[in-house]
Amino acid sequence: MSNGDFPSMEIRLPKIKPGIIKLGILGLVILIVLFSSFYQISPEEMGVILRFGKFVRTTDPGLHLKLPGIEQLMKVPVQRQLKLEFGFRTVKSGITTQYMTNQDTKKEARMLTGDLNVADVEWIVQFKIKDAYNYLFKLRDPDSTFRYMNEAVVRKIVGDNSVDEVITFGRARIAMEAKEELQQLCDLYEIGIEVNQLIFQDVNPPEPVKPSFNEVNESLQEKETKINDAYAEYNQEIPRAQGEAEQMIRAAEGYATERVNNAQGDANRFKAIYLEYARAPLVTRKRLYLEAINEILPKMNKKIIFDENQKNILPLLNLGDEVKK
Amino acid sequence: MTKQTRTAIIVVAAFVVLIVLLNAFYIVSETNQVIITQFGEPIGGATTTPGLHIKAPFIQKANYFEKRWLEWNGDANEIPTKDKKYIWVDTYARWRISDPLVFFQRVRDERGAQSRIDDIIDGETRNAVANYDLIEIVRSTNREFELTEETEILELAGAIYKIEIGREQIAQIILEKSSGTTPEIGVELKDVKIKRINYVDDVQRKQFDRMISERQRIASKYRSEGEGRSAEIRGQKEKELLRIQSEAYRTAQEIKGKADAEATSIYADAYNRDPEFYQFMKTLEVYRTIMDKETWLLLSTDSEFLKYLKSTNK
Repeated sequence: MSNGDFPSMEIRLPKIKPGIIKLGILGLVILIVLFSSFYQISPEEMGVILRFGKFVRTTDPGLHLKLPGIEQLMKVPVQRQLKLEFGFRTVKSGITTQYMTNQDTKKEARMLTGDLNVADVEWIVQFKIKDAYNYLFKLRDPDSTFRYMNEAVVRKIVGDNSVDEVITFGRARIAMEAKEELQQLCDLYEIGIEVNQLIFQDVNPPEPVKPSFNEVNESLQEKETKINDAYAEYNQEIPRAQGEAEQMIRAAEGYATERVNNAQGDANRFKAIYLEYARAPLVTRKRLYLEAINEILPKMNKKIIFDENQKNILPLLNLGDEVKK
Repeated sequence: MTKQTRTAIIVVAAFVVLIVLLNAFYIVSETNQVIITQFGEPIGGATTTPGLHIKAPFIQKANYFEKRWLEWNGDANEIPTKDKKYIWVDTYARWRISDPLVFFQRVRDERGAQSRIDDIIDGETRNAVANYDLIEIVRSTNREFELTEETEILELAGAIYKIEIGREQIAQIILEKSSGTTPEIGVELKDVKIKRINYVDDVQRKQFDRMISERQRIASKYRSEGEGRSAEIRGQKEKELLRIQSEAYRTAQEIKGKADAEATSIYADAYNRDPEFYQFMKTLEVYRTIMDKETWLLLSTDSEFLKYLKSTNK
């Protein structure tokens, strides 16, 4: 192109050499090409490169080159731990995390148990995208599909357990089974997701039924209280009875000792007296007799002596007065 | 023709050629497939391999269809089971455009397909659910529930009733029946799954009542167990008390008896030396004990004691 043919241009444009304009345009084009050629993958991501829509390679974190305009970049956060919540939503996470539930999340949580009862199960699932290719190209909506899979799997497992298993002692096992089954389903669907953890959060009987579950706990405590009371009574009375028994036996032993000692004493006394008596029986007899009489008679108020020839003395005595007294 | 017009013509021609050339190419990505139509009429099969492809510019048009598995999420349906329990059944499925040509001809686009799939799966779900008892739809296996002390007393509906096919198989039936129809619209179905089952409100209320009465039964069982156990402990206590007391009594009596026997033998041993003297001694002792100031003594003068009152004779 020559300048001489267009004199009018010289008037409008400042005096810049056409070579510089060309250079500037070329530089700009090169710059744009360079910028669209380089791309950066952050540490948690993986790059997927498509050439005319066809998958050609994946790239690791770092700075990379691609063909500008021809190759297209997609980034997938493969290292990031992702989380889905079922039956509740975290509104604000932090030191005091706030949760919320609404009509929809309540529906997520409500499910039938194997004994045809109802439970409200809240759970979370933690997962990673392990295969970026599958995640991008096998299913169109992997995220919502994954939600549905979760709901179906957890309900299926819960549907094979009793409400008591779901609410109390079976929780961990059920969550474990659900996790395994969910992983199998992920592999079957080629969704490119690796399930890391499936954890049951609050698992409760439905609100209207809750009081009756609490009643069971109360009755359990009542039961224990009753049993404890009975044991307390047992522990209070048995040792006392044992003590009393011991006392009774000791008393009997005391009695035995006393009885034998008394007997021995009596016997020894008798033997001693007898020894002397045997030497002079007649006199001793008299003496003993008179000593006794001497001792007894003064104690008595009424002493009546009558002659041996006098018969029937009894009618004369005024016994009645004495008896009346 | 001047030099300028020539240049202009060249530029325009190059531009036209470029547009025509660009229109001769189409890109198939990993995620879609293409049907080429010429004046609306499909030409050949679907292009599914990703990459750059050629078609006749302008007269042929590339129609894009999704190649990936798509999701179908049905609305919850209120369906009665065979045992006349009304439940909400919510299913989901995966599907894909397996024959884009047929798909294109019959339903045109995904929205059309979704509504056809709604009809098909909803209908089959209704049929399948209505053919089985509720328990068949809830449970997948006949695994026996782990029972605790608490649940043993409940007649667990699920534990008693054995299922014949179960949830997975019912979903499979829905899938198979539906899959019979979907090829007609160029769609392949996969994995129909039951997502949610819930009682309709009326049934749910009754179910809650049942749960409440179940829990009350457990509670009353605990209470009566508490009473029973405490009565048992009290009984045990009574028994133990009587044992302790009677054993003590027995031991005491034995000890006393032995002592009595020993004493008796000691007495007999001593008194046997002269029984008559013993009797004499003991009698005197008894006199001492039994006679007091209340006692009247009537003595006849012919008694041994008073014989000296009348005479001093020997």
